[in-house]
Amino acid sequence: MNVVVCVKQIPDPADPGALDPNTKTLKRDVKLILDESDSYGVEMALQLVDTAGGGEVTLVSMAPNSEVGGLRTALAMGAAKAVLVSDEALAGSDALGTSKVLAKAIERAGEADLIITATESSDGYTGTVPEQIAELMGLPSITFAKSIAVEGGTVKVQRQTEAGYDDVEAPTPAVVSVTAGVVEPRYPSFKGIMAAKSKPVDEVTVADLGIDASQVGWAGAGQEILEIAAAEEREAGTIVEDDGEGFQKIVDYLAELKVI
Amino acid sequence: MTVSRIWVYAEATDGNVATTTLELLAKANELADTVECVTAAGADVATELGAHGATKVYTVGGTDGKLVGPTVAGAIAAAVEGGNAPDAIFIATSYGGRDVAGRLSVKLDAPVITNVVDIAERDGALVGTEPVFGGTTDVVTGFTGDKVGIFLVRPKSFVPAEDPSGAAAATEEIAPGDLGNTNAATVTNRFVEEKSGPSLDDAAIVVSGGRGLGEQDKYQLIEDLAKALGAAPGASRAIVDAGWVPYSYQVGQTGKVVKPTVYIAAGISGATQHLVGMKGSKNIIAINKDDAAPIFSVADLGIVGDVHKVLPALLEALQNR
Ligand SMILES: Cc1cc2nc3c(=O)[nH]c(=O)nc-3n(C[C@H](O)[C@H](O)[C@H](O)COP(=O)(O)OP(=O)(O)OC[C@H]3O[C@@H](n4cnc5c(N)ncnc54)[C@H](O)[C@@H]3O)c2cc1C
Ligand SMILES: Nc1ncnc2c1ncn2[C@@H]1O[C@H](COP(=O)(O)O)[C@@H](O)[C@H]1O
Repeated sequence: MNVVVCVKQIPDPADPGALDPNTKTLKRDVKLILDESDSYGVEMALQLVDTAGGGEVTLVSMAPNSEVGGLRTALAMGAAKAVLVSDEALAGSDALGTSKVLAKAIERAGEADLIITATESSDGYTGTVPEQIAELMGLPSITFAKSIAVEGGTVKVQRQTEAGYDDVEAPTPAVVSVTAGVVEPRYPSFKGIMAAKSKPVDEVTVADLGIDASQVGWAGAGQEILEIAAAEEREAGTIVEDDGEGFQKIVDYLAELKVI
Repeated sequence: MTVSRIWVYAEATDGNVATTTLELLAKANELADTVECVTAAGADVATELGAHGATKVYTVGGTDGKLVGPTVAGAIAAAVEGGNAPDAIFIATSYGGRDVAGRLSVKLDAPVITNVVDIAERDGALVGTEPVFGGTTDVVTGFTGDKVGIFLVRPKSFVPAEDPSGAAAATEEIAPGDLGNTNAATVTNRFVEEKSGPSLDDAAIVVSGGRGLGEQDKYQLIEDLAKALGAAPGASRAIVDAGWVPYSYQVGQTGKVVKPTVYIAAGISGATQHLVGMKGSKNIIAINKDDAAPIFSVADLGIVGDVHKVLPALLEALQNR
C-alpha cells in the first residue's frame, strides 16, 4: 500500500515569527521544521504501510527556499521519498492556491491508496486544505480521523464528532485528515537520520507541475490582509502568591460574582 | 456594491438548530436585507430558521448516512452557477461546516476567510477579523475578486437573536450536479460519549485542568470541583492528547470555544491555542505554580501556587458553605 503524506514545514513555534508589516505575511527567514501536527500523519502512514506488509510512504511539501529541514525529519522517521515544491512564484499563496499545488504534487508522487494530512497546520490553521485537495483531485475524504485502517480497497476511520465519534468508511484512494495525539510519533533513530540524507527529494517548480503561475502566490490569492491591529487587551488582574489562603481568595471572588 | 444577500449554512441535530447557526443568522441579519439558509437537515427546520430571520431555506437531500461536505457544497455551487448567487456565505467552524467550506471553495474557485470572529462591511464589501498570536493581534481580511465570499466563523463569535419572531421561511430544494465518488464517505456507526452535568457550551462556570495536574487520577479534582460549582469540566489539549480525558473536554483552537461567566484554569500554561478558546470568558481565575505562566496575562484573579494544595482546600471550603 502506498500512502502520500502532506507535511508542512514551518518556523519553530518555540520561536514564533512575526507578521511582516510590509508584505503582511509571516516572516520566514528562519530555518523550518516539521509541523508537529503532521508528525502524527507520518507515523500513521508508516504504521499502515507496515500493517499492509508492503508499499511506501511518500511526502509532499510546499515550502520556500528549497527548505528540506522538516522533510529530513520525516524521512528519518521512515518515509521513502519526497516531492518538494519550491518556487518564488508561490510566495503569498492562500489555502486554495496551496491546495492546487499540493494536488498536482500528490499526482506526481505516484499512485497512492491514501493521502494523509493533518486536520490543521500549526501556523496557518485554516483547516480547509484537506477538503480542497480532495475536491481538486475528485476524491472522497474523511476529516478528523482518530484512527485509520485500510482493508481491501476500503479505508475505515473513527471520525471525531461533537458528541463522540463516528465510524466512517470510504473507497480508496481517499484523503484522510488526522487529529493530533492519535499515535505516538517515533523518534528518528541514528540509522534513520543517516539514511534520510540519501533519500530522494524530487524538487519541482510550479511550471514542472503544469500550473499557471497566475493561479498561485500573490497573483492567485483571492484574499488580502487589509489591516493588522493590536487586539483589545484584558484589564490586568490581581495576581497573588499562595500563602495557604489562596483558596479563600477564589471563594471570595466567586461570592463577589454571585456564582456561589 | 452593497451587501444585499447572505446565505447561512444551517446545521441541526435531531431537528434542533445549532446555536452556531443562530449566531450566524443574527450577524447576517445585521449586515444584509435578505438572509437565506442552506441546510441538509430537512425542511422542518424552516420554522426555527424563519423565526431567526431567514426568509428562505434551500434544502439539500441525499446526505443521510453520509458526510455532508461534498453534497452540500455541490448543491450550493450548482445554485450559484445557475445564477442564484448570494454575496456571501457564512459557515460555522464545525466538523461538517469546514468540509462544506473547503469543497465549496474549489467548486467556486473562491478563497475562504477562516477563523473569523467578526464580520463587517467596509467599502461595500464584507471583511473578516481573525485573531492571531493567542488573540493579541487582530487581522482583517477582505476578498480581492467578485466571487461569493466564503466565511468560516468560530463558534460564539456572535449572539443569537433574543426575541426570534420571524415567520417560517419558504423552502426550496436544491440539488448538486454530478459528484463522481467525492461523496462516497459513509457513516456506519455513531458513538456518543456519556457526559453528565452542564455542557461546555452552556455552563456559567467552566473548570479546566492541564498538565500541571501531574497525572490522570488527579483530574478527579477538576471533576469534583466542577460538581461542587455546577460547572462543566474542561481540559487543555496536553491532557486530551495524553488520553486523560476525552476530546470533547478540550478547550481551545481545535477544541471548544467557551465564554462562561467564570473560567477557572488549573495547571494550564496558557498557550496561544488554549487562550483563543477561553479568552472571551467574562472572568478568569488561574492557578499555576509558575508566576511567569502566560495564563496570568489574561487572569482577573491569579493564584501562584500548587494545584494540589489550592484545589483540595477550595473544594473543602465550597463543600462547607
Ligand atoms: C495546531 C495546534 C492546535 C492546538 N489546539 C489546542 C487547543 O485547542 N487547546 C489547547 O489547550 N491546546 C492546544 N494546542 C496545544 C498548546 O500549544 C499547548 O501545548 C497546550 O495547551 C498545553 O497544555 P497545558 O497548559 O496543560 O500544558 P503545559 O504547557 O505543559 O503547562 C502545564 C502548566 O502547569 C503548571 N504546573 C505544573 N505543575 C503544577 C502544579 N503542581 N501546580 C500548579 N501548576 C503547575 C506549569 O507551570 C505549566 O504552566 C494546540 C497546538 C497546536 C500546534
Ligand atoms: N505548504 C504545505 N505543504 C504540505 N502540506 C501542507 C501545506 N499546507 C497545508 N498542508 C497540509 O494541510 C494540512 C492543513 O493545513 P491548513 O489548512 O493550512 O490548516 C496541514 O496540516 C498539512 O498536512
